[in-house]
Amino acid sequence: MDWIQILSNTVESILSPVTFAFVLASLGLAMHFGFAGLLNFGIAGFMAIGAYGYAISVLRFDLPWWGGMLVSIAAAIVFAILLGAPTLRLRGDYLAIVTIAAAEIARLLFLTNTFDDFTGSASGLFGYHDSFRAANPIPEGTYGFGPFTYSETDWWVRIFALAVLAVVIWLLWALSRSPWGRVIKGIREDEDAVRALGKNVFAYKMQALIIGGVFGAMGGVVYALPSAVNPTVYVTSLTFFIWTALLLGGAATVFGPVLGSIIFWVLQAFLTNVLPALAQEGGILESLTSQQASTLRFILVGIGLMLIVIYRPQGIAGDKRELTFVK
Amino acid sequence: MSNSEPVKATGLHVGEASPGVAKVDPILKASNVTRKFGGLTAVNVEHVEIPRGAITALIGPNGAGKTTFFNLLTGFDSPDTGTMEFNGKSLSGMRSHQIAKLGQVRTFQLTKALSLLTVLENMKLGATDQAGEKILGSLIPQIWRKQEAEIEKRAEELLRRFKLYEKKEDFAASLSGGQRKLLEMARALMTNPTLVMLDEPMAGVNPALTESLLEHVLDLKKEGMTVLFVEHDMHMVRHIADWVIVMAEGEIVAEGPPDQVMKEQAVIDAYLGSHQETDLGVVTGRIDIIDDGEKK
Amino acid sequence: MQLSKTRKRAVSVIAALFAAIMLLLALPVSATADEVGTEFDDRVFGNVKLDGESLGGVEITVRGNGYEASTVTGDDGRWVIGVPERGAYEVILNEETLPPGIAVVEDGGPIKQIEFGLTGTVVTNYFIGEGERTAVGLWPQFFTRLVYGINFGLMLALASVGLSLVFGTTKLSNFAHAEMVTLGAVVALFFASLDINPFLGILLAVAVSGFAGFAQDVVIWRPLRRKGLGIVQLMIVSIGLALTMRYVFQFFIGGSTSQLPSLGGESFKLFGTLTLSTTDIASMGISIVVLIAFALWLTMTKTGKATRAISDNIDLAAASGIDVDRVIRYVWITASALAGLGGILWAYFRPGIKWDMGEKILLLIFAAVVLGGLGTAFGALIGALIVGIMVETSTLILAPDIKYVGALIVLIGVLLVKPTGLLGTKERIG
Ligand SMILES: Nc1ncnc2c1ncn2[C@@H]1O[C@H](COP(=O)(O)OP(=O)(O)OP(=O)(O)O)[C@@H](O)[C@H]1O
Ligand SMILES: [Mg+2]
Repeated sequence: MDWIQILSNTVESILSPVTFAFVLASLGLAMHFGFAGLLNFGIAGFMAIGAYGYAISVLRFDLPWWGGMLVSIAAAIVFAILLGAPTLRLRGDYLAIVTIAAAEIARLLFLTNTFDDFTGSASGLFGYHDSFRAANPIPEGTYGFGPFTYSETDWWVRIFALAVLAVVIWLLWALSRSPWGRVIKGIREDEDAVRALGKNVFAYKMQALIIGGVFGAMGGVVYALPSAVNPTVYVTSLTFFIWTALLLGGAATVFGPVLGSIIFWVLQAFLTNVLPALAQEGGILESLTSQQASTLRFILVGIGLMLIVIYRPQGIAGDKRELTFVK
Repeated sequence: MSNSEPVKATGLHVGEASPGVAKVDPILKASNVTRKFGGLTAVNVEHVEIPRGAITALIGPNGAGKTTFFNLLTGFDSPDTGTMEFNGKSLSGMRSHQIAKLGQVRTFQLTKALSLLTVLENMKLGATDQAGEKILGSLIPQIWRKQEAEIEKRAEELLRRFKLYEKKEDFAASLSGGQRKLLEMARALMTNPTLVMLDEPMAGVNPALTESLLEHVLDLKKEGMTVLFVEHDMHMVRHIADWVIVMAEGEIVAEGPPDQVMKEQAVIDAYLGSHQETDLGVVTGRIDIIDDGEKK
Repeated sequence: MQLSKTRKRAVSVIAALFAAIMLLLALPVSATADEVGTEFDDRVFGNVKLDGESLGGVEITVRGNGYEASTVTGDDGRWVIGVPERGAYEVILNEETLPPGIAVVEDGGPIKQIEFGLTGTVVTNYFIGEGERTAVGLWPQFFTRLVYGINFGLMLALASVGLSLVFGTTKLSNFAHAEMVTLGAVVALFFASLDINPFLGILLAVAVSGFAGFAQDVVIWRPLRRKGLGIVQLMIVSIGLALTMRYVFQFFIGGSTSQLPSLGGESFKLFGTLTLSTTDIASMGISIVVLIAFALWLTMTKTGKATRAISDNIDLAAASGIDVDRVIRYVWITASALAGLGGILWAYFRPGIKWDMGEKILLLIFAAVVLGGLGTAFGALIGALIVGIMVETSTLILAPDIKYVGALIVLIGVLLVKPTGLLGTKERIG
């Protein structure tokens, strides 16, 4: 087994755009769930809207890359309002069901043949990179060292993603320590109590939903930035994976989602490389096909999620006293 | 129980003290308010007025509909029929936070401490018109720092008064049951309400602290605040209430100054108790007994 | 009073939705053929037939060389479009103008590429059907879909009542419930591979599902109840469990679709387009019998009544001598066995078994449960029928690949109008 190669691939995942997309989406969820207590199970829908919003505006409406991103953000805001208006008055678990349903509706509408002209239906969208790459200030060539050796295009995607990430982290941090953040956390604890103090709980929840949703949509954009928009990505499992990353790191923190997403993807990358190798070379996993070996890692995600929630609900970065779950 | 009897407000009502009597200067009025849960009529209030600048106690047996009535008055539940007015402004169709913004602020019988906020954060949340609570303003600390400091100062004063100052950095979750009640009341006062509605504020608070808090409530009255509270402790009702309203089976069965109301047979039967089991159904139908009480 | 008012409102919203659907269905279809482009010498023309019968009112467009023209077929199915020059064109049949439920299935689909040869005419025929789907009037179509919908709704009900019961007694929104649906089907598949009697295999699979429910309660849910986990935490644990089970299924049966052995029997052409196989009829029969048995269990037996006492107030139930843990264990067994049975029946209906089949209907199950009001088993039953019928009848106007969308929109709509579902009640504040 080529351990060097496996380790190199594993380490490489720290700077992969998918990891950044996860960090962004889980920061959005941190705003929703960790701070505002909104059980959003539709984060995959926000990501899909971000990705499709970007790709469709660039491909079908010839917008420049930044115009596409603005469209994504606007679309996420509209989606959040559509979603929130009827449901934010509902009890938490109802919101969970509605958001997951809304994300599915969005996905099915992107997938159906009916809107093939815009969405590319099952084959998705690709070839929208020209505008973004034209804005790349880095001269042609490969840069970096070790596993982090990339072309100028790959660096441009990563640097851009990091810049978005920096802004999002600052926003979340600034909001969470402000009086606005205090109201939001109060709502998480008991919205009736906050209402009784004369705060418009609905408006605050809506603001939180929109902000987190926009973070999620930017996650979708970053996911789509280096490659293509593939409708099979934005399934409910994606939402569950992001929840896993969020809870792993700590939902009610700013740093937690970042840490959680990175750990999630580093582990995934490691298992992706190591399990099939183990199956091939014999040993404990000898009797497995490589397909089965790679399915194993998702089984581990599921088990991991259960264990985190049961034994360390505050996550790695969370305060022991500040459990993120209200009973 | 206290050496300095508080000054009672008198002359609050117009004419005979009977259920639904008009007040000289009402702050809150409710008419024909009903609320049914399935077959059960939890609240059926024909007319009631709450006097301004006074302390009014709402008493009645368990399940009388007091909490439900509070919910209706504060917009946490909507009545099947009826109208309500606060300061001459109709409350119908208003949402709970809008009512609270008018200055009619409540606490809950089942305490709602915001567990994972610190005691001080709980208090600061109560303050109204905070620039930093606006989404854009919150991003620039320069806008809200000064106000925040003022709020903190006021919060700390109140916390001292409520014997919670030492706990200010602790999570509210770590407080005892009684302390949470106190915190909730203090937090409600942070809003500077004109009418504060307390649902069993002193349940589970020790006698010494109760007494000092009662002093505080009386101070609030002096400053012009109106207080409406639900309480089962008759000592407390006698001690500070200027006016007492008695509910049973959703209806208002008696009203009047505390010493008078407590003597009424209807109230004794329905609530204070002389160990009779016959009472409730009879009481609600027997308005004439109240007249008897008045004659005494 | 207020309750019934909002309930009426919820019902009328659904009624309005159906009415809207009907209205869309009833849109008149033009039957007059007009020739376009008669000023040109060169023509494209053809015939549209469905199962050998001419089809009128179908819109045809010819496009290419900077020219575009549309016409509608006459009652004889014929159409003619004149074009300015001989060249390559695209001929497009607008599928929306076909009778509901009909699509151009043969190669090329609705769009054909044509090129003029030496002559000034090109013939482009659409011969749709080959017995694929028969074109019939709207009402028989609707009726057929309705029966399928009821069949599907009954399967959905088997899964939904259990989820609702679990929610009622334990307050758990169990996302892993759909995996119990898959489990039933996968286990039935396993027994089928052993070559035992298929009916015995199904019975065993239901038994295994019930046992899996029991095991779940003993290993996971009861200890967590003891530990005092909050409802959100429990819900996320169930998501973890759902992911785990889902990928365990994939681990064993791979990513492809497998079929249960045929139970034999024949198809009956009832009337119109309604064809039901023995399996369909048996499936409906089984669902109905099992659901009635379930209803009797819930209303007549001590355990069944106890579940409702627990749903109402768990502490009170415990205080009045009900063995809450025991009742909840029965709830888990019942719920899982019902879900497993639903999965097996669904595997015949779909048809096919896939590792993620449960995930596909998870939201429909939730929609049914929410429609009925979380935690009321009979509400879930009604909700499931509504959802089943909605999904199937919506294919009359929606593309089949978005047939679930309608149901999900109704789910959101119901929550909007009456958050507690059709039969639920409001919670107390303060
Ligand atoms: N959401 C609800 N659903 C059904 N019944 C309710 C609801 N809320 C209150 N009730 C019923 O209405 C009646 C009045 O309840 P309420 O809580 O107002 O009484 P209370 O006067 O506050 O009693 P206590 O002194 O014990 O606090 C009770 O019989 C109660 O069971
Ligand atoms: Mg009460």
